Amino acid sequence: MALQSLDIKARSATTTPSPHVRIEGAIPVAKLIDISKCIGCKACQVACMEWNDLRDEVGTNVGVYDNPRDLTDQSWTVMRFSEVEVEQGRLEWLIRKDGCMHCADPGCLKACPSPGAIVQYSNGIVDFHEENCIGCGYCITGCPFNIPRISKKDNKAYKCTLCSDRVGVGLEPACVKTCPTGAIVFGSKIDMIHHAEGRIADLKERGYSNAGLYDPQGVGGTHVMYVLQHGDKPELYANLPKDPSISPLVSLWKGITKPLMNFGIGLAVFAGFFHFVTVGPKLVPDEEADADDPPPPADPSRAYDPARPLSTRSDHE
Amino acid sequence: MQVTRRQFFKICAAGVGSSSLVALGFAPGEALAEVRAFKLARTTETRNTCPYCSVGCGVLIYSLGDKAKNAPGEIMHIEGDPDHPVNRGTLCPKGAGLLDFVHSPGRLTQPEYRAPGSKEWTPISWDDAFTRIAKLMKDDRDKNFIAKNDKGETVNRWVSTGMLAASASSNETGYLTQKIARSLGMLAFDNQARV
Repeated sequence: MALQSLDIKARSATTTPSPHVRIEGAIPVAKLIDISKCIGCKACQVACMEWNDLRDEVGTNVGVYDNPRDLTDQSWTVMRFSEVEVEQGRLEWLIRKDGCMHCADPGCLKACPSPGAIVQYSNGIVDFHEENCIGCGYCITGCPFNIPRISKKDNKAYKCTLCSDRVGVGLEPACVKTCPTGAIVFGSKIDMIHHAEGRIADLKERGYSNAGLYDPQGVGGTHVMYVLQHGDKPELYANLPKDPSISPLVSLWKGITKPLMNFGIGLAVFAGFFHFVTVGPKLVPDEEADADDPPPPADPSRAYDPARPLSTRSDHE
Repeated sequence: MQVTRRQFFKICAAGVGSSSLVALGFAPGEALAEVRAFKLARTTETRNTCPYCSVGCGVLIYSLGDKAKNAPGEIMHIEGDPDHPVNRGTLCPKGAGLLDFVHSPGRLTQPEYRAPGSKEWTPISWDDAFTRIAKLMKDDRDKNFIAKNDKGETVNRWVSTGMLAASASSNETGYLTQKIARSLGMLAFDNQARV
């Protein structure tokens, strides 16, 4: 623990509890993305790549503003552009910065079978440690927002770290710092909710009566939150799930199947031992005692004789 | 060591069993993973101005090392300067990607000269470049300088050469640029700020 700049709250595939004496004192952080202020300049995408030493491949234009088309192992955040006619004759251009939401109840961490590949820090950041990743892709199944991507280069999962290295020394994430319009802000979660309330009140004054904060409780709240002009219809924003929750498959596998399987393994070991004690080891005749017997005499008719043609040999008849 | 066939199988079974237990998670815990080390910890921070547009955002350039004699610096990160009044730490996508601009293989890093009529650019030293520029300016100024107008009033004009300054300059640089251009008598003086 002494090595870490951030205390770990939860660790994938680990049953021993993490030290949690200091967690009460840690300030939960949050990134607030105000979609009504975003101009889609993609500075956050560039700053993310620059800070995290990532360079995605140069793609091709397919006629939409999204670039790259989707999140990749090299692009941990992308702007998703939606042209939406919210009502007759009123077109709106909704630009959502997609990326990891840093759920308080992370589905990826719950689904991950590799100890320590996914950790959650006490300030709320969910981080992948690729050196422990086995590339199984369960985190993708577990994620309600479809965020992690497996690299084709090393078959390990990558996603936004909320710049845990920057936050760990008291800085804001790279995307937050660079945002020219101030659409992305970062701070304690309480402050960010407060900031969002001010923005929502402003949006409501401007006619967006359904403006709201996106902090879905289905995943325990998130440490990346959105201010939505249309808070009642998050699906307008490139299919942002209205009420995200962790796939039931994860709880089925981790909740029932896995303990049952572990119990089965233990039972098999115990049964084997019990059988050994009560019945004893299976006795077989000692093969090595027969080793001194001479081998049976060879059948002269089967021996190979190059002088005899193949057709006259008995084993071919 | 004598190992019978039966003993060999037993050793194999014990080995497979214990390694399976390790794989199942009964192994002693390894060291907990840490967050990625903060890469700017002891880098050298240098203030500068973004070279792109006329907004002139302040940037912080982080380079390897602490300027020690034996460690030549190398720029490894650039981000916005929070103390700069123009951008207060923010940068647009172009500014945010300055690192690759600095390290671009296509970046011009030395003065080059193309003789009139030639198709070839040849690298020249900064000294040669400055000397040539100064010589041409002086020749032109000596030939075309207007000290007095028709009425005999002192005007000290030099109208046959103009100067185009960069916009990404600080107030102080702008002041000095203005002073130099005007002290030569130069009137045609413009700025890239309208880009």
